[in-house]
Amino acid sequence: MTDPLSILSPTGHLGFTPIERGSFEIGVGRRPDAIVADSGSCDIGPQPLGSDEHCSPEEWQRHDLELMLLAARRLGVPMIVGSASDTGTDRGVNQYADIIRELARRHRLAPFKLSTICSQVSREEVARRLEDGVPIDGLDGRPPLTKETLARTDRLVAVMGVAPIIRALDEGAEVVIAGRSSDSCIFAAPAIRAGFPEAAAYYLGKVLECASFAAEPFMGKESIIGTVTRDAVSVTAMHPGQRCTVASVASHAMYERADPFFEHVAGGALDMTHCRYEQVDERTTRVTGFAFRRDPVYRIKLEGAGKVGERAVAIAGIRDPYTIRHIDAVIAWARSKVEERWGPPGERYQLYYHVYGRDGVMGPWEPRRAFPAHELCLVVEAIAPRFEDAEVVCALGTRNLFYARLPEVKGTAGTAALMMDEVLRGKAGYEWTVNHVLPLADPLELVTIKTEVVGG
Amino acid sequence: MTTKPLVELAKTIRSKNAGVDQITFDIIFPDRESYELVKRSGALTAETVARLYAVPRERLTAFVEYDPALAIKFTIRRERPSGSPGERDVFGAQQYAPLFDLPIPVGS
Repeated sequence: MTDPLSILSPTGHLGFTPIERGSFEIGVGRRPDAIVADSGSCDIGPQPLGSDEHCSPEEWQRHDLELMLLAARRLGVPMIVGSASDTGTDRGVNQYADIIRELARRHRLAPFKLSTICSQVSREEVARRLEDGVPIDGLDGRPPLTKETLARTDRLVAVMGVAPIIRALDEGAEVVIAGRSSDSCIFAAPAIRAGFPEAAAYYLGKVLECASFAAEPFMGKESIIGTVTRDAVSVTAMHPGQRCTVASVASHAMYERADPFFEHVAGGALDMTHCRYEQVDERTTRVTGFAFRRDPVYRIKLEGAGKVGERAVAIAGIRDPYTIRHIDAVIAWARSKVEERWGPPGERYQLYYHVYGRDGVMGPWEPRRAFPAHELCLVVEAIAPRFEDAEVVCALGTRNLFYARLPEVKGTAGTAALMMDEVLRGKAGYEWTVNHVLPLADPLELVTIKTEVVGG
Repeated sequence: MTTKPLVELAKTIRSKNAGVDQITFDIIFPDRESYELVKRSGALTAETVARLYAVPRERLTAFVEYDPALAIKFTIRRERPSGSPGERDVFGAQQYAPLFDLPIPVGS
């Protein structure tokens, strides 16, 4: 192993909005050794995982997969996609594999090997491990996982590390569609397999995972290329108007993370404390000085979501300055009318008032909540086990904004403006119930890898 | 003592989820001079940030001065995981605005 290895990263979330073709084709023209993209995130909230739906339109997912597949087959290099279809559940892996098979037929591609890696974990499997006394520690200050929390969970995925992807590549995979994966690991896997040190490989993954977010000026969905050698990673922007600078690459290391010095993955952590950054040409920054610390116990992250209830939403506006000054009293009145019929919020229902124009975005963190705007938009959100109940609670909590009893109100014909007297059905409400780590004896024990020949 | 609002000294001020339980804030400076000035000023600390957001100091899970990126970053634990019913900002992307007006002493 002496030659550098380079990977093209076209998007930070495949399918979320379509890949920009211009910089992608420039990147393909550089003949990278692999084309790799992540397609999922826990950023989108717990609903897609909980209800097992994708949140991106299939048309865009197909667009991105088609661009990557045709380029990868033309170059004869591996294509790797992680966290398939937003959630990385088995549904997502199967959906993407079907798209790949269909694209291969439609474009009459020469035969190639497709590997799918499923990493969804059943509740029963996790329950069994809990009963066996396996410690499942919480992340970010959460307590250890309990039977009760698990019982509230509808669906779980294990966030895989590099091992399953390396195994698929060993089986000859030219296209890998993986379930939920650490973003950085899908890039690190081919580099580790090619013999590069783990530290360099994981840094390569870290810097490539969000594509053009590691470059400046700010642009999404543009391609970048990372090149790894034994002790350095160079990263280059492909869009003619973007540059990977010391500032853009160094600041990307801290993006979406509490700790800018460590990136935790299955089996260890990338240590970026002593990274050195240097500009090597106008659009390329070179990074050295990273290290990798192996964990004494191999652990993977578990993500799980559970349903809270069905959701109804309604919208009301308020313009009367006196009513705005007393908006808390108005909301208290509406809540009291709901409680008269439904009792206090809890198991039967939950009711939220989002007061846009005052603190709708920040809630209790809003330092200016004493200075509301001249008009307010109230979004009333009700959650209940049955939609019909959520709908009634939401209507009651909204119409009573109209009938609020304030001692000195001048407008005695109605204290709120309704853009429509209608309650809307939202997607069901879910909650992230599981954000924990599970120890494993074997990095491959929770995954299923299948390899097949496609095309021809 | 003259002061300048933080927004005039920083190049980037942003917030974003750091996992499902935390929101992290990045303040990135255009040059070492303004970075060091804010660092030394004592106006941007875990305590001042906790006060600005009206959260107990323990809810700040990290406060880091990150020299390689000329950045100061801190992280606040959410009241509930992202996207739970009642959510206001699923991505945590609009929580940074109050930092703009934070007064930074810039000399007498």
